[in-house]
Amino acid sequence: MNDMTPTREQREAKLEGMGCKRKRVEDIRFTQGKGNYVDDLKLPGMLHGDFVRSPHSHARVKKIDDTEALKVPGVLAVITAETLKTVNLAWMPTLAGDVQMVLADGKVLFQNQEVAFVVATDRYAADDGINKVVVEYEPLPVVIDPFKAMDKDAPVLREDLAGKTTGAHGPRKHHNHIFEWTVGDKDLTDAAFRKAEVTIKEMISYHRTHPSPLETCQCVCSFDKIKGELSIWGTFQAPHVIRTVVALIAKIPEHKIHVISPDIGGGFGNKVGAYPGYICVAVASIVTGKPVKWVEDRIENLTATSFARDYHMTTEIASTKEGKVTGLRVHVLADHGAFDACADPSKWPAGFFNIVTGSYDFPTAHLSVDGIYTNKAPGGVAYRCSFRVTEAAYCIERAMDILAQKLGMDPAELRLKNFIKAEQFPYHSALGWEYDSGDYHTAMRKMMETVDYAGLRKEQAALRAAFKRGETREIMGLGVSFFTEIVGAGPSKNCDILGIAMFDSCEIRLHPTGAGIARVGSKSQGQGHETTWAQIIATEIGIPADDIMVEEGNTDTAPYGLGTYGSRSTPVAGAAIAMAARKIKAKAQMIAAYKLEVHEDDLEWDIDGFRVKGLPEKTMSMKDICWAAYNSVPPGMEPGLEAVSYYDPPNMTYPFGAYICVMNIDVDTGVYKVRRFYALDDCGTRINPMIIEGQVHGGLTEAFAIAMGQEIRYDADGNVVTGSFMDFFMPTAVETPHWETDFTVTPSPHHPIGAKGVGESPNVGGVPAFSNAVNDAFSFLGSTHIQMPHDYWRNWKAAKDLGVFA
Amino acid sequence: MIPGPFSYHRPVTVADAVKLLSTLGDEARPLAGGHSLVPMMKLRLASPEHLVDLHGIAGLKGIRRDGNTIVIGAMTTQHELLASDEIGMSLPILDETVLLIADPQVRYRGTIGGNVANGDPGNDMPALMMTLGASYRLEGASGAREVAATEFYQGAYFTALEPGELLTAISIPVPAAGHGYAYEKLKRKVGDYATAAAAVVLTMAGGKVVTCKIGLTNLSETPLLAEDAAKVVIGTSLDPASLKKASAAAVAIMSPASDARGPVEYRKHVGGIMVTRALQRAAGRAR
Ligand SMILES: Cc1cc2nc3c(=O)[nH]c(=O)nc-3n(C[C@H](O)[C@H](O)[C@H](O)COP(=O)(O)OP(=O)(O)OC[C@H]3O[C@@H](n4cnc5c(N)ncnc54)[C@H](O)[C@@H]3O)c2cc1C
Repeated sequence: MNDMTPTREQREAKLEGMGCKRKRVEDIRFTQGKGNYVDDLKLPGMLHGDFVRSPHSHARVKKIDDTEALKVPGVLAVITAETLKTVNLAWMPTLAGDVQMVLADGKVLFQNQEVAFVVATDRYAADDGINKVVVEYEPLPVVIDPFKAMDKDAPVLREDLAGKTTGAHGPRKHHNHIFEWTVGDKDLTDAAFRKAEVTIKEMISYHRTHPSPLETCQCVCSFDKIKGELSIWGTFQAPHVIRTVVALIAKIPEHKIHVISPDIGGGFGNKVGAYPGYICVAVASIVTGKPVKWVEDRIENLTATSFARDYHMTTEIASTKEGKVTGLRVHVLADHGAFDACADPSKWPAGFFNIVTGSYDFPTAHLSVDGIYTNKAPGGVAYRCSFRVTEAAYCIERAMDILAQKLGMDPAELRLKNFIKAEQFPYHSALGWEYDSGDYHTAMRKMMETVDYAGLRKEQAALRAAFKRGETREIMGLGVSFFTEIVGAGPSKNCDILGIAMFDSCEIRLHPTGAGIARVGSKSQGQGHETTWAQIIATEIGIPADDIMVEEGNTDTAPYGLGTYGSRSTPVAGAAIAMAARKIKAKAQMIAAYKLEVHEDDLEWDIDGFRVKGLPEKTMSMKDICWAAYNSVPPGMEPGLEAVSYYDPPNMTYPFGAYICVMNIDVDTGVYKVRRFYALDDCGTRINPMIIEGQVHGGLTEAFAIAMGQEIRYDADGNVVTGSFMDFFMPTAVETPHWETDFTVTPSPHHPIGAKGVGESPNVGGVPAFSNAVNDAFSFLGSTHIQMPHDYWRNWKAAKDLGVFA
Repeated sequence: MIPGPFSYHRPVTVADAVKLLSTLGDEARPLAGGHSLVPMMKLRLASPEHLVDLHGIAGLKGIRRDGNTIVIGAMTTQHELLASDEIGMSLPILDETVLLIADPQVRYRGTIGGNVANGDPGNDMPALMMTLGASYRLEGASGAREVAATEFYQGAYFTALEPGELLTAISIPVPAAGHGYAYEKLKRKVGDYATAAAAVVLTMAGGKVVTCKIGLTNLSETPLLAEDAAKVVIGTSLDPASLKKASAAAVAIMSPASDARGPVEYRKHVGGIMVTRALQRAAGRAR
């Protein structure tokens, strides 16, 4: 060794592998405006399509007259359900086993539903055209309130389902009923409630809201008549699934369909589903023989493509006087809108809502969910959460606070008393999950110590006393949230989408000079996969992350994957990456043994290459092995150095965290101030701490928005009253609180690198922290539960209803 | 979110602009910063066939002092108001209010003329102009006239501007030295119009209010001057009872719409609070 030999630390640092705060490589192009999004695509002769949408939320479509529209210069075609019927595409299947109108077929079922698709030479002409299409409607009575959807005399929404007493998920009880889903032991749970010393019951609503990616949903289709090939560029979170769906419904051979997701400007679940726009551009391209583009505007995005939540959760907890929980009973009324377009694994009509027992050791529980139709936009998607996990976390975290209040116990104390203990993992929950790992007590105590929880409670008590003396108009709340997520869908034994198991995949190819490419079945929408995937490979095989190019989103080159949502990329694709890398490493070891003339077992791995045990100067770097792989492999071995892995996870992963929000509210105006927000996340092994922090900041900002005002609200006639960013609360940097982040590390025992996924934790855990803070603030005035969202006027109304102005 | 077709004109003098507007008729609209007009065009709530862009008219820009009056050209941007030392010295309440209008991007383009001429009850400048006793210079084919801000607003998006008329300048009498002022605005977020807002300009002597004007934003179809409320506080030291009476008098003339910012009852309630807070803060600043 000479002085130039790098130290082990230097070699390690050069890799920028796992644990390194590596700067995001994709940001080089994003921060210079050099990203390549769907709307950047301009193909020769490309046409543009736009929708005529329904102003009514329930109406019969009597007549569509396109005469004047077709006279608008540049307008080439007006596509209606009648046109689509000629290719059997007036309706499309949904991911949830329902069918959905692509264009209004006889009636419309929600405001802004797609009625006709105008194709023109440019977007301006298309918009002029849609304003000239005359549609004659006959308004029908509407169903907006989900609690009235199953009234005996409720209007029939889905006439196409007349006589169908069974849906994709079993029997239907009513013409507006979709499914009933039950989990758990009803008898045992009922018995627990009969015996309970203390019970609480509350209807906890999680209002309808919507993901808001910067880039809306969009798509370009180009059909090559000569080759019979269809190319689709779209904002797809799961491009391979889109390819298979298109093959199934358009009857085009799957190898002749090319789906490409270029850079995506945020997804948050919004871009998982299949929307009428995709079908319409495909048909328009097939009909015209030209490429056709469709770009959704913000109002269309908020009002027509998939919403999230709209869960109304009647929640009961049974407990002892000392606060040991003995049973949980939840009934959910799930408003799916006009069509069940829920984006869940096929067999899970309410997603993984049965994680609702949360972080607590409930001996028994029972859950039932009734899905119903209303005159609202169809959905719902998992808005930055695993399937219905944020609803479940909100439900149990709010309910635990309500129980604490009834028992006169501190909410943190109640949680500590009921946590699943570290030694209970793997833990089997009453509703059927096997939690992989956790150490809840440590995380909770770390949170409480860091923020001086006891001190905050003292301050709150003093302020409450001052309020009662009339010395202040401010009240203070502490919102504690301890969530457990279930992410990483998922094992083939219980997860599929339209029959395709929810594995994920990676293909790594190393080049002779020691650089390489990794193609992965996931699809980043801003999560930074190009950065983190290379870091996993760097640590696994000792090639610097900078020398690995990561590519996703092109179905012709990427191995089949199920896409990115539900925090599944790191748990599933991340595992596939590690496994593919390990295959490469195994072959590399054989090559190194051959070159170093030793037995394979005499080699050991050392950061970026192999060395002979006991002879540390006899080494072969991975870079040199790459070269050797292309010219001097052992006899009988195939040259080259590449591997593919398809990873079917043995279990889900269960990230968790302890959050607290400290908030003051001015009762006179309802104006709140978030004084402090602390988020401790345990996502197992941490690949890139900087990216984790960024993900937590973003998710908390969304959670803040949702809890404090972001909603899709309908008036009694079914008009969306919050359909633009003027009224749909989108906080700016000014409103957004300061975030404090922290962590503990409890690796997943079954994951190759122990990582659990973090992108969605802050949205899941953040919402209950904010809502609990508001509720905690008002609790001393006698309230038990105030529904979200907690915007200013509702806070004022809560104060007023509690007699503060009397 | 795509506007309908329109023709674009860019005159370089007020006379040419007025001529264009009067010959093109009802289908022509002046275009200032475009931050109110263009969003409405994108929603096709407005579909003018002709846009007469005022950016080419040099004479419409600028801030000058004319004795005890500040004269501001209609095309002066909100950002330029903030950058002006003259405004900072003579009309600090204007800066305070402008800073509560949206964000820097909007303020770089949005003009004071467009803000006051727009007739949107959500705009912040109109109530402030009424409070300050401002007047607008309107120029049309038949000459120029001066209209007081208090006479200008007739209904939502309905003003004293006659077809073919242009608002060319705003004159604001400089408030007395040592005056107290405050603009209190409750909004849901940056970029939102007021849930309720109140402007107060007052003078005090010996701890008592001598003169007082109170303006209200977004609490009715038009901006309001709360004259009864102002009368109530004159001669008082703004003691709790007087404040309560003043806020009740102001609430009595409010008739806001119920919208996503809150129901009528809430908007009136916080309207009263904005009045109280503005009075208190203004008094604290008076010398
Ligand atoms: C996100 C956002 C948030 C905003 N928030 C606020 C807010 O909180 N408070 C607030 O006050 N404003 C707000 N605005 C509006 C902003 O201040 C506008 O710039 C202003 O209302 C209009 O000025 P403008 O120069 O953009 O006028 P334009 O939009 O160009 O014109 C507005 C109207 O006035 C007419 N007009 C313009 N100039 C003249 C003239 N000289 N003579 C006659 N008619 C004329 C136009 O024909 C048009 O009808 C917001 C705007 C945006 C986009």
